[in-house]
Amino acid sequence: MAQTISVNGAPHSVPDDPRVTLLDFLRQDVGLTGTKKGCDHGQCGACTVIVNGVRINSCLTLAAMHDGDEVTTIEGLGTPDEPSALQKAFVEHDGYQCGYCTPGQICSATAMLTEIANGWPSDASETLEGAVEISGEEIRERMSGNLCRCGAYANIVAAIRDVAEQSA
Amino acid sequence: MTVHFKQDKPDESNRLDDMRQGVIGKALPRVEGLAKVTGTATYAAEYSIDNCAEGVLVTSTITRGEVTSIDRDAALAMPGVIAVIDDPRLTTRAAQGTADEAPQQKPKTVCYWGQPIALVVAETFEQARDATKHLAIEYRVEEGAPLDPNTVEPEEQEDETVHQGDLAHAMSEATHSVDVTYTTRGHASAAMEPHAAIAQWDGDKLTVYASLQMLNYNISELADALDMEEGDIRLVSRFVGGGFGSKLGISEEAVAASIAAKELGRPVRVVMSRQQVFQCIMRRSETTQRLRLCTDANGTLTGFGHEALVSNLPGEEFAEPVLQSSHFLYGGENRELMLKVARIHRMTAGSVRAPGEAVGMPALEAAMDVLAEEVGIDPVELRLKNIPEKNPEEGLPFSSHKLAECLRQGAEAFGWDRGPRKPRQTREGEWWVGTGMASAARVHNVSEAKARVTLKPDGTALVETDMTDIGTGTYTILSQIAGEMLGLSPDRVLVDLGDTRHPRGPGSGGSWGAASIGSAVYVACQAIREELASRLDVEEAELDLSDGKAGSGESIVDLLDGKDLAREGYYEPGDIADDYTASGFGAFFAQVRVNRFTGEARVDRMLGAFGFGRVLNHKTARSQCLGGITWSIGVALTEALEFDPRDGHLVNPDLAEYHVPVHRDVPDLDVIMVEERDPAASPIQAKGIGELGMCGGAAAIANAIYNASGARVFDFPMTPDRVLAAMPD
Ligand code: FES
Ligand code: FES
Repeated sequence: MAQTISVNGAPHSVPDDPRVTLLDFLRQDVGLTGTKKGCDHGQCGACTVIVNGVRINSCLTLAAMHDGDEVTTIEGLGTPDEPSALQKAFVEHDGYQCGYCTPGQICSATAMLTEIANGWPSDASETLEGAVEISGEEIRERMSGNLCRCGAYANIVAAIRDVAEQSA
Repeated sequence: MTVHFKQDKPDESNRLDDMRQGVIGKALPRVEGLAKVTGTATYAAEYSIDNCAEGVLVTSTITRGEVTSIDRDAALAMPGVIAVIDDPRLTTRAAQGTADEAPQQKPKTVCYWGQPIALVVAETFEQARDATKHLAIEYRVEEGAPLDPNTVEPEEQEDETVHQGDLAHAMSEATHSVDVTYTTRGHASAAMEPHAAIAQWDGDKLTVYASLQMLNYNISELADALDMEEGDIRLVSRFVGGGFGSKLGISEEAVAASIAAKELGRPVRVVMSRQQVFQCIMRRSETTQRLRLCTDANGTLTGFGHEALVSNLPGEEFAEPVLQSSHFLYGGENRELMLKVARIHRMTAGSVRAPGEAVGMPALEAAMDVLAEEVGIDPVELRLKNIPEKNPEEGLPFSSHKLAECLRQGAEAFGWDRGPRKPRQTREGEWWVGTGMASAARVHNVSEAKARVTLKPDGTALVETDMTDIGTGTYTILSQIAGEMLGLSPDRVLVDLGDTRHPRGPGSGGSWGAASIGSAVYVACQAIREELASRLDVEEAELDLSDGKAGSGESIVDLLDGKDLAREGYYEPGDIADDYTASGFGAFFAQVRVNRFTGEARVDRMLGAFGFGRVLNHKTARSQCLGGITWSIGVALTEALEFDPRDGHLVNPDLAEYHVPVHRDVPDLDVIMVEERDPAASPIQAKGIGELGMCGGAAAIANAIYNASGARVFDFPMTPDRVLAAMPD
């Protein structure tokens, strides 16, 4: 039976070569190059995508492991004509410079806000129980897997806070 | 039509300020912002090209010697493998910035561990990568390559040497003196986008999509490597995922892709792995720096000494210019400056963001803190006292000088408590808390630059140049400069960059991009204004353009009569470069906490105040400063390349082991831009900005570590082990 991966709602067949990572599958096979390769080793977060609602480093997993999964990439979050709230906030706050880490930051932040809403605690949380309060420290802790060598962190955090507070 | 402007005199006219559109300097969002946030901006490796084969570089596992054989047959027998290429034209190092000629070639000769020696090409990336792992290579090893900069006799860089007066005598006579030695480790640019290129031939014409900072130089470097004419090459770099020096020169993957594509008669893509980027592009040299500073009883410098040892491979001209700003930042009539280079076989040393000041300023500014304590005055006061009237070595005037304002405004905004300081005054739980400050300085450079501006009959304008935007904001500021000059909203200005079919820009590097290419666009627009003025029969100075109309009511579109109006602006720095010392200045203030049990240091808050001429866009300029301050945190606390003493190989060539600052390392940062007009810096009165934010910031953190915990550390980065070892009991 053909194996398929749903990418932004469209089905794609799983590649024949089992060595192909989910990241290379998205970039090469599907042709969605918004997802970036910064290290190929799970060290930078540039390749972050959302699989079945959870953010992962797509370079650290093989495409063959995702039969039946729903993958959302940066292209699935919004378009230049219809950007998501976070995408708009990144533009407004200059939450990028070169833009290479940006899709990963935005995918990561999108899923991260859901994690906070669901009450998942982090190292920066006051307690392990109950609702998590959104703060700069919470965001920084949870976004620390997404490196930005341009050093746009202060603006990225401002953009995320802005959206988190608007929707809170 | 090309209009040439060579700046021989300061330009006090500040023409941009007379314009009516009102967009220059405004905090406009980036014009390419939506493309970046939606993943639709196309970086080098991402062009969709039919029938593209995939190349993976093979690197050496010896330090020095020769490749005697490569067993291609075994590799070629693997599925999908098309070729193993070890053409003598392959380059083995990245070209240094502005080299304008091919870097080292002949890949059989190995000069450092990790050097590219061949390229494997296959149908898919997975096949090519696998084949490189199975390639059997034999070497003739040349033992005994020197690897430690401290064990070889270094070469003096004579044009850096200054002997003025008698420093040794001044030191012995002075009321106060310090003689301290700092070390800094090597740094990596670690731009998030790895080096990548796709090469495609059409007969004898070559197109390369690449990730490069300076296409104007890169095209001649590539032509030289391939023995071609520049006219037969086109380079395209519309989006560059960070540079920080690492993409200044043509690098190995672009040359390899070009050679392979020619040989195979089909396009080839070569993307470096993260490890390869670390190992075969550029490192910032480690440094050892001795600072000798002495003052009279009041804290006025009478002597200034700064000597530095750096390293590079044999044959490389680049020597980390550690003393660059030390030549003019502070007074002191007795001066001794000297830079030496040790020739060793670690990977190539070259430009990493703010070459020179990135490490020279932290050492100098940490030593100034030791001196302030010795003299018993406020460290801000010590700096203010010692700002020279003129360049203390050459006697040249400064083009403009905002250090004092930056120190004062920064101290005020930060809430700096003035007066002599004592360490270990505040403790919160297990954390000592303290503050520190440092000056910032970074020489200002400009370069010749060309850009074409075309007013279109549809009421838009087009700006074309091969200049790049590496995250610095070029697209946006050029739309603002052209919009301001031509009376157009910036969204009516299309900026087309990163293509060598356009007029040659300066390239992005040394913080010279904005001032240089901005001036070329300014010159072109000025010429268009003159033409419009003559069509309206008024003086150019009286031409009042805004929102597509002249002040008298005519629309610009009507003046064009259905035709394009184009001018190419050619800006050239003139004699002025020899008449002034030009630099950006600033001040950093940091509050740091130091764990009394672990020695861990965390930055609580940090502020930078900078003066760099005209601010072209407050949003993108601020971001450049934020980036620089973020790098300061890395230099101060975490970033260090580590080399194996046995074979000189880089042992931490990835982002897990080479620690760039992450989100949680960077607190909210404050940036103050001390607006000024520097008439001698450029016709648009702007100076460089991309590097200043990291030139000294690490010392503010180091000085805060001392103020907090009493740990005086003389080695950057100030990792917990070092802080703990230096902490008093
Ligand atoms: S590319 Fe996946 S984490 Fe860096
Ligand atoms: S914007 Fe360049 S790495 Fe984040």
